[in-house]
Amino acid sequence: MTERPARPDVVHTVTTTGLDVVERPLGAGARLWASGAVRKTLVLAALAGLWEGYARALDNALLFPTLSSTGAALLAGLASGDLPRAAVYTLGVLLKGYAAGLLLAALLTALASATRLGADLLETLTAMFNPLPSIALLPLALIWFGLGEGSVIFVLIHAVLWAVALNTHAGFRAVSPTLRMVGRNYGLSPAGYLTRILIPGAFPSILTGLKVGWAFAWRTLIAAELVFGVSSGSGGLGWYIFERKNQLLIPDVFAGLLTVILFGLFVEHAIFKTVERRTIRRWGMQI
Amino acid sequence: MTDSDPLLQVDGVTLQYRTTDHLVTATYRVSFEVRTADRFVILGPSGCGKSTLLKAVGGFLRPVEGRILLGGVTIDAPGPDRVLVFQEFDQLLPWKTVKDNITFALTASRTLSNREADARARHYLDKVHLTPFADSYPHTLSGGMKQRVAIARGMAMEPRILLMDEPFAALDALTRTQMQAELLRLWDDTRFTVLFVTHSIPEAVRVGSRILLLSAHPGQVRAELAGGDPDDSDEARTARVAHIDALLFDRPAGSGRSQHD
Repeated sequence: MTERPARPDVVHTVTTTGLDVVERPLGAGARLWASGAVRKTLVLAALAGLWEGYARALDNALLFPTLSSTGAALLAGLASGDLPRAAVYTLGVLLKGYAAGLLLAALLTALASATRLGADLLETLTAMFNPLPSIALLPLALIWFGLGEGSVIFVLIHAVLWAVALNTHAGFRAVSPTLRMVGRNYGLSPAGYLTRILIPGAFPSILTGLKVGWAFAWRTLIAAELVFGVSSGSGGLGWYIFERKNQLLIPDVFAGLLTVILFGLFVEHAIFKTVERRTIRRWGMQI
Repeated sequence: MTDSDPLLQVDGVTLQYRTTDHLVTATYRVSFEVRTADRFVILGPSGCGKSTLLKAVGGFLRPVEGRILLGGVTIDAPGPDRVLVFQEFDQLLPWKTVKDNITFALTASRTLSNREADARARHYLDKVHLTPFADSYPHTLSGGMKQRVAIARGMAMEPRILLMDEPFAALDALTRTQMQAELLRLWDDTRFTVLFVTHSIPEAVRVGSRILLLSAHPGQVRAELAGGDPDDSDEARTARVAHIDALLFDRPAGSGRSQHD
């Protein structure tokens, strides 16, 4: 080993004078750009502009009406009361089917978390039925439950049940062993353990299940009304679209589709996003 | 019961657990006694079954042989009279604020009513110097702060025995030393009984008033020693660490440095 020259200790004095910025509020532009609502409104405006531009260039109202004529058809539909009536009807059926699906999913998941056989049952049923398109069950449902709301609710349950049950079950299983032990350590009852540890712990997955279930329910319902629209009495949005197409009222068809899209945007942003912000994002379980 | 009566008796305890394809014996016929206000440390290398032993005292696991008694009563289920503080930072419920994590423990176990729980949570948060963070969510805290909340939660329960499973192992060395000092200060304050598991010999010497050494795989009692005194000189402490190191790894005292921090 060779002798190295000794190095002296060095001590600095730290000062903040002369520093340009330690902390500075962001400018108005940067703060505006940080807002998701602003960015998404821009995206929507760009899409609307694209639609209007393409439709004008195409200039064929039968194939692709402009945004403005669709808007006019939407307003006319709203004013006549046909569109709101169809939307309310569709929404009513949708909520009934969604609620029934959630209830069944809750029962199945509870059974699956309580017993191993229940878990096997849920996993097998999900593997069997989840890939089956709900709409494919409609002809069968029509035979079983007749031409009415019953058949549509049956296929809606099928659409919602598996997605929600699968996600909730997976979420429960992903709750960390430490949190489980914490719950048991403080002597929670089985019901308390479920509501105060498992459900909040699995909430990110549960919320995903609810979203996916909601989307599946919409698709299934609109498709069911389109194909078998006449099956359910007064007719909902799908039937509205189907009927207007037969009369070649294409802007009205677009107005019907736009209504579905607007509902989708509203539920995603006003409901699911709010729930997300107040729960899992606030808790740091999702970024 | 006087202070010298054992609070916790672990008597010839053999613990086994199942993995997917093995039956593993974690500890073999381990016996020891913990008295009230002990800072009892279980020390051993990885895989000596010390955490498993602690979970058995917590009631999460039943011995296949022997018995574990708390105040003369057999332990057969988890309960709020034995609160565990874990190594993992995720032991705080992410959906509750710091203070609510503590009041949750107190109300879920029906120890206190809501209002009393609130007052006690504030008291213990103050003890660990986290009052300014009472309404923060756990994910906004540093690792050391989370552990302090977990310790405050455990202490707020005022359990008969506090079980700590390597509570400082996931912290950086600097924070770890601070936390050890803080634990000793808290103990000076309230004289709680704590069963503390660690794989770090210096930590055992610093924290423990009594040290149980376990051998590796399966864990068997190698020795039970008096712990260090907080006022010990550095030399005395170093000698003690070397002595324990020699006992644990069967090498003559003073041969080579400990690989364990």
